Formats: sequence, structure tokens, C-alpha cells
Amino acid sequence: MKKFDKERLLLGIAAPLLAIVVAFLVTALVLAATGKEPFSAFGIMFDYGLKSDSQVYILNKGTTYYLAGLAVAIGFRMNLFNIGVDGQYRLAAFFAAAVGGALTLPGALQIPLIILTAMIVGAMWAGIAGLLKVTRGVSEVVSTIMLNSIATAIIGYLLQQGRLGHLDEAGTKVSTTPIPESSHFFEFPTTPTPVWGFIVVAVVAGFAYWFTLGRTRFGFDLRTVGQSGSAAEASGVDVRKMVVTSMLISGGMAGLIGMPTLLNDSYEYSGDFPVGIGFTGIAIALLGRNHPVGIALGALLWGFLERGTGKLEFEGYDKEIVGVIQGVIVLCVVIAYEVVRRYGLKRQQSRVGAELAAKAARNSDQQEVSA
Amino acid sequence: MSATATSTPPPAAPKVSGGKGGRTRFSFPVVLLIIAAALLALSAVRTITGAQDVTSAGQISAALAMAVPIGLAGLGGLWAERAGVVNIGLEGMMILGTFFGAWAGWQTDPWIGVLAGVVGGMLGGLLHAFATVTFGVDHIISGIAINILALGFTTYFAKLWFNTGDAAEKGGSPKQSPPADSITQFTVPGLSDWLHSVEVHHWFFVSDLAGILGGLVTHVSLLTVVAAGLFVGTFFVLWRTAFGLRLRSCGENPVAAESLGVNVYRYKYIAVIISGGLAGLGGAFLSLVTSHIYNEGQTGGRGYIGLAAMIFGNWRPGGLAMGAGLFGFADALQLRNGGESVHALLLLLVVMLAVLAVWKLYRKSYVPGVISAVIAAAVLVWYLSTDTVPTEFVSATPYVVTLLVLSLSAQRLRMPKADGMRYRKGQGK
Repeated sequence: MKKFDKERLLLGIAAPLLAIVVAFLVTALVLAATGKEPFSAFGIMFDYGLKSDSQVYILNKGTTYYLAGLAVAIGFRMNLFNIGVDGQYRLAAFFAAAVGGALTLPGALQIPLIILTAMIVGAMWAGIAGLLKVTRGVSEVVSTIMLNSIATAIIGYLLQQGRLGHLDEAGTKVSTTPIPESSHFFEFPTTPTPVWGFIVVAVVAGFAYWFTLGRTRFGFDLRTVGQSGSAAEASGVDVRKMVVTSMLISGGMAGLIGMPTLLNDSYEYSGDFPVGIGFTGIAIALLGRNHPVGIALGALLWGFLERGTGKLEFEGYDKEIVGVIQGVIVLCVVIAYEVVRRYGLKRQQSRVGAELAAKAARNSDQQEVSA
Repeated sequence: MSATATSTPPPAAPKVSGGKGGRTRFSFPVVLLIIAAALLALSAVRTITGAQDVTSAGQISAALAMAVPIGLAGLGGLWAERAGVVNIGLEGMMILGTFFGAWAGWQTDPWIGVLAGVVGGMLGGLLHAFATVTFGVDHIISGIAINILALGFTTYFAKLWFNTGDAAEKGGSPKQSPPADSITQFTVPGLSDWLHSVEVHHWFFVSDLAGILGGLVTHVSLLTVVAAGLFVGTFFVLWRTAFGLRLRSCGENPVAAESLGVNVYRYKYIAVIISGGLAGLGGAFLSLVTSHIYNEGQTGGRGYIGLAAMIFGNWRPGGLAMGAGLFGFADALQLRNGGESVHALLLLLVVMLAVLAVWKLYRKSYVPGVISAVIAAAVLVWYLSTDTVPTEFVSATPYVVTLLVLSLSAQRLRMPKADGMRYRKGQGK
């Protein structure tokens, strides 16, 4: 398997490309069916989506989405469906914002503290689901969905005047106390708008993900559990411990999702903090096939689609079409991967079969000669 | 390689040591006894705390109305999972149901809306069956993809169809449809009034019973009756007909079913499409009975809660109905002056935890016993030091209840053996 297989790589790339093409076709059909001209819409999207301010937007959005994709992918790699990334990152960002607003330490101390708070809160919230799974046998799919809603309730309760909330001067918005300027994360001074410095952390996280899963004993165990729990158990892996550990890591990674926005953009947690990114992360992890590079491409694609369709609103189209495009891409991509996987399996089987047959033929030839 | 490429089932619930192997079978009298005990406990709580709303007809009526969509979603889950397909796309199919139900409902008759909602859900089911059965995509992944897709489509078309022309004039907006006519409600004449007159006396137990029965016969939508019929019908079809036996055999052991000549693919398709239709009906109930309009985000995760109710009900219609009732009750609390009622129910939680603690200590499992006792004490302190529960926590009640109930009951449950597993035609040869 280590040998470079050109056809395999080609198949791997063909699947998502096919899905994207199909998604655009379906979108064109939907647009045409609703009496709008589809191809000029795509023209507008590409024109606008590749402008330099759009590039900055896509990189910044992509940073957030990339972290979300990684958080989900860690669970996916061991067949754990952490649907709760959504609640984990919101709760984490909220508490991190509260801690950041309450302290005025030097930035070099406070920024790591804020990030650490977020990761710990995210890990704890995910850990509940992990513990419930191994001690009480509750499916993580259901428990994390419930924890999402409970996180919403907790934030709603605490984000009020007199608790951790803080009414702004206009009296319209409740938010946490803003983080002092010394604790803002650095930015790349690009024009017209800066690229968030947190992109560096995202890249490091992606590298750590690749290294841990692909190059360490732990990552090997994790993937083994994902493919067969009983086989892992038989080879001495403590599956229950692995479940809790990977939930904790996934939650810790989820804690990072809110950080680019918090430390580079909003500097506070309020009612308009982005929601639902956990679900975006699921889509992106599926699209990128849990591969660090694939997830990055997926994250950038999602950012591009949102940017491009946002412009459509001013050209007589509806920006909500983005939901249709993204939904069709996700569904097509999972089907395409499955088709490719099955084809690859068949190809492998027939190749092995051919080799065995050739060997058998050679053996029987030799036998005839010696006889 | 990836989550899309596994052929093993998701890691099953690990067995927890210390549990007794024997499983008590819930016979009909036992269930009745449990219900009676729960009723006694409820009326005791009501009498002690004075939170009269806990068992009032209004509360029960609201609980029933909230339980129906959850129950229908759960019933959808039941059909799919009995045939071996996990359907987490219920939420998306429900969204399709709310959308198409309101779309057809405001233009024509609400019953046509109901039909359109069912068809919308079935389309979602068909898509799920197509991905999971024909292509063998992981069930949970396909379900999530359908949820994303359904949300995207309805958001787009809501803006297109509800925000233009006639619809906009009649009160539509990008996130909301114009109102549809109501579906007939009925009240059993005489009985309802008589039960109400008993209820207002606040007698111990008798008034509670009257309140609950009163809630079940006052302002009941005809669609609720249809839903109740579907529960009974599901039981008969799945457990009393050859068709049902074959369908369930596909969920337990598809290879064996195939060897007996059952067309597993066809049964799975039928089951998942019916599943989508039921979820769509639940959605149509939300948009046509509960609120008369489509509203973005209206389902609020009820598809997932329906799934949880089904798991709680051990993949059986009766258990599912109880689960849906429980979640409906918790859901209804937040509609009505819920803070006080939830506060009163905290006392019930204290008693239950205390009983659990004593039982665990008696059985010499000290750690869980002590934990239960500590939590009971903490909840008791909370109960005594406050008068009401903040509204945010009331809204979280259904989810907390789900977690609590599942964590107490998950190990006693048995799901269909081949549930969630990939099956290929002829794989057993």
C-alpha cells in the first residue's frame, strides 16, 4: 500500500470533483427552474469570489472552518460521531471570552490562558458524552445533540446583565466584557483587510493532527479502534479509554473553533457570535475525507461559496442558494466516495486474484516439468 | 480509512460490569403498576408543593400536542431501524414536512397540506434509502447530509415562495409562510366539563387523574387521533403480519432473510420511505396544528428527540409512546409558566435519587450510591433555596431529561441486531 499508486490518487481526487460538478449542475437546474439565469450567476460568483478582499475573507472564514473540520474528523477517524462540536465550541468561546474580559494580564500570558480555557471547556463538554458512552452505554450521537441544546441554555442563562453579561452603552446588545487590547491576536497587515493571525494556529493544528494520527502509536491505536473495536481490543488497546481520550481531544480542538473570531475579530461573546459552525465542520470533514489537506480545501471551498453567493444578493438572485449548493455537494460527495471505495476494492480483489492465478499457473507448470 | 469507508458497525455500547444478566420483561400489568406509581408520585408532589399546573388538563393537553410530532418522528425512526437503517435524517425529513405542509396548506386545505408534508418527508426518505441501501453510504453520514440538504432547500424556497406575490400579501416572509386554516379540533362533550369540575377541587390523586384524562379529551386535533392510529397500526403491521416479520428480519439478520427469499433491498426501501413519510407527518403537524405556519427552525431538533424517544422505548411502539409522552410533557412545561412546575418536579428528582442511593448502598455498590446521595442533596438544597427555575433551564429540561433517562436505561435496551450495518446483496454467499 505504501507504493505510490497513480490511479488511486486520481480516483481520490475524481470523487470530490465529480461531486462539485454535480452540485453545480443541480444548482443550475434549481436556478433555471425558478426562472433565474444560472450561468451568469456562477460568473458573478467566480468573479467576485477571486477578488483580493474576497481572498482575505475566504482565508479568515477558512481558518474557523478548518478547525471545525479537524475537530469533527478526530472523532470520525475512530468512528465516533461527535455531533456536539457545535455546543462545545460555543460554550468554550463563551467561557474563554468571560475569562479574557475579566483579566488584564500581559498578552503573552493572557492569550495562552484564553486559548487554554477554551480547550479545557470544550474538552470537558465533549468528555461528558465520552463518559456517558463508556460507563452508561449512551450513544454519543444522541448525547452530544442533547448537550448542544443544554449548552445553548447555559449560555443564555449566563449571558445576561448582572451575571457574566454586560449591556453596551446603546442598551441594545448584551455581551461579555471585551478582551483588553493587549490580548488581541496578531494580524497579517494585508490590504484591504488583514488576514487573521490565528491561521498560523490552524496550520499548526493541522500538522499536529496529521502527525498524531499518522506517525504515533496513539494515532495508530485510534485508527484501529475506528476500523474494528474488537480487533483493537484483542491487540491490547483499551477501547473505553480511547473513546474518552479521543472525545476529549475532539472537544479540545472544538474549543479552538471560536478563537479566531474571538481573538481576531469580535473580542467579546455576544448574541451575534457565529453559530452552527459545528455542523459546517461535519460537512467539511466529510468533504475532505478526514485528511488534513482535504479538510483545508473543503474549508476554503465553503468560504468561497459563502463569499460568492453573498454577492448574488445584489444581482437579483437569492444568497440562500448557498445552502442548496452545500447540501448537494455533501450528499454527492459521500455517495461518490462510497462508489470510488467500492471500485477500488473490486480492482484490488481482481488484481490479487490475477496474481494468485498466475502463481498457481506457474506452480502447476513446474510440477508438470518435474513429473 | 475514513468514516465513510467502514464496514463494521459503530462501536456498540460497551458492556458495563456489575450489571445483572437477567432482563425483566415488562408485562402489561407491570407497566400499569409503573404508570400508577408515577401518577401517585406526581400527585404527591403537586399536593406538597402546590404547583397545581403539574397535572392540570391544560398542561396535559399541551403535553399531548407536543408529544405527537416527537412520537411521529420516533415512529419514523422505528420503521427505519427495524429494517436495519439508522435514520438520523429524521430532522431533515421533518423540516421538509413543515415546509411542504405549510406550502400546500395555506394555498388549499390543511389536509392537503398534511398530505404534501408526508410526501415531502417521503422524498427525504427515498434519498436516504438511495444513499444507504443502494450505495451503502454510512447511515449516520447520509442522515447528516440529508439534514444539511433539507435545511438548504427549504431556506431557499421559503424565500422564493413565501416572500412574493400573493403569499407576501397574506403575511408570508422569507422565513415564514402565510397562515393555513386549522384542522378540526374536538372536545368530548359532557365528559370534558365533568372532568374539569373534578379537577378544580385539587383532591389528592382523583383530581390528578381527572386532569390527565381531561387533557386527553379536550381540544384534541383530528390529526392527533390519526397519529394515535398510526401507533396502533405500526404495532399490528410490524409484529402481527408476514410483511412486518420480513421487514424486521432485514433489521436483525439480512443475510438470513435473503436466504429465505426476502428481497432485502426492497424492504429496506419501503421501510425508510415510510419512515420519511412519518417524520414528514410530524413536521406537518408542527406547521399546521401547532402553529398554522411554517417557521424557519421550527422543528428545533425534535427529529433528534424523536430518535432519543425511540431508543428510550427500546425500539418498540409502546415504549416509544411513553418516551414521546415524557418528552412532550417536558416540552410543554416551557410553554406554560414552567418555572414553578419544573421547580416542583425537582422534589420528585430528589426522592428518586434518594431511593436510588439507598438501593445502591443496600446492594453494596458504594460509589454510585454515594454519588446519587450527593446529587440528591445538592438538588434538595437548590430546591429549598429557590422558588422557581430560570426560564433558560426550563427550556433545557427536555434535553436534560433525555440524557438522564438514557443514561439510566441505555444498558437495558436491545436494538435490532443488524441496525446501522452496511448490507450488500449476496454478501452471505
